[in-house]
Amino acid sequence: MRSFTLIDLVSLFAALRWTVALVVLALAFGAPLALGLALGRISRFSGLRWGMAALIQTIQSVPLLGLLFFFYFGMPVFLGIQVPAIIAVTVAYTLYTAAFLGEIWRGGLDAVKQAQWEAGACLGLSAWQQFRHIIAPQALRLSLPPTVGFLVQLIKGTSLASILGFVELARAGQVVSAATFQPLLTYALVAALYFALCLPLTLWSRSLEARLDGSR
Amino acid sequence: MNFLPLWRYQNQLIDGAIVTLELTVISAVCGLLIGVAGAVALKGRITPLRWLVRSYIELFRNTPSLIQIFIIFFVLPTFGLKLPAFESAAVALSLYFGAYSVEIIRSGLDSIPRSQVEAGQCLGLSGWQVFRHIVLPPALRNAYPAVTSQFVLLLLGTSLASQVAADELFHVAGFIESRTYRSFEVYAVICVVYFAMAMAFKALFAIIAAAAFRWPRRR
Repeated sequence: MRSFTLIDLVSLFAALRWTVALVVLALAFGAPLALGLALGRISRFSGLRWGMAALIQTIQSVPLLGLLFFFYFGMPVFLGIQVPAIIAVTVAYTLYTAAFLGEIWRGGLDAVKQAQWEAGACLGLSAWQQFRHIIAPQALRLSLPPTVGFLVQLIKGTSLASILGFVELARAGQVVSAATFQPLLTYALVAALYFALCLPLTLWSRSLEARLDGSR
Repeated sequence: MNFLPLWRYQNQLIDGAIVTLELTVISAVCGLLIGVAGAVALKGRITPLRWLVRSYIELFRNTPSLIQIFIIFFVLPTFGLKLPAFESAAVALSLYFGAYSVEIIRSGLDSIPRSQVEAGQCLGLSGWQVFRHIVLPPALRNAYPAVTSQFVLLLLGTSLASQVAADELFHVAGFIESRTYRSFEVYAVICVVYFAMAMAFKALFAIIAAAAFRWPRRR
């Protein structure tokens, strides 16, 4: 047993890198997929609409912890080869992000009135041009507050990677707590670090929402 | 892939699912009570109390549920308050759900225009009658979707209680895995069980909504 030293504090801060890395990975792969899901949800083809809706529903009805374990143990079964844990974890967070962001963005797209598409068509714009220049900018503005709100969920969600042994912030907290026998100080610090990451985003999301409300 | 070895653990799975449901319902009920109390406090005139509720909401919504469970389970004993795993998880999840409930209930109440309350008062209704007949029904309908989706998130979130060894479904998964070494199969089955429970609740909530909120929406 030893006391809580500067080194423990540094190791907590260092572990933040992995927390941030997981968020970045989830967004880098999840966001494009989410856009695909959202577009599929408003597609003309009912089969595609249903398929995307079912996929989103399924992912949203399984615990994030379940997704992580499913892919952690499932990737070798699916692929027949051992894959590094980071790949399995990235797949799980990607699908999680895609399902939630996809549904948020679908809501944003739906909130833009149908007549706007028609107006674009009347001006001779192609479907892609209608989306890119007329619908997307308005949908983006509408869905930005919940998107930022989801970012907070995602940051908090990366703490579950600790259970698979990733030394991100939550895991570093467990390690330091076990080494120093100072759970109070350690977990208070870990919570404070998550809080410092999440609170600015929460406040930003809220101010975006307030601004949206005023402009109506 | 071989799911057969799991078959003899079906009783454990059912027990785990029941504990998960217990944990969910207990946390939801306590969380909603916190939510109502918090919303009343936010509406009230006592500034320090409002400030306290606001800090509580921000604190619990901006830190991971897992860390909150750890703090209740590992840190409270240093103050001489030792809770068993299930109780720790229930307290932590209640507080987490409560923080979200306050905001949901408050915004449900805020969604009723002031003019409707005044219209009720003009008709000579008492304060309680205005609340009961004019504010509450549409406020409930407005808050309902948010409460139910938060409830499903709570159901899925109870899986975190496995990390302090509460005997819920995800913990049972770890036990079966340690006996059968069929890791993938176990967690695939567990995911399906959670999925089935989440879907059942979503269907139940849709039926309740269809029965309880039948009056037409104003456009």
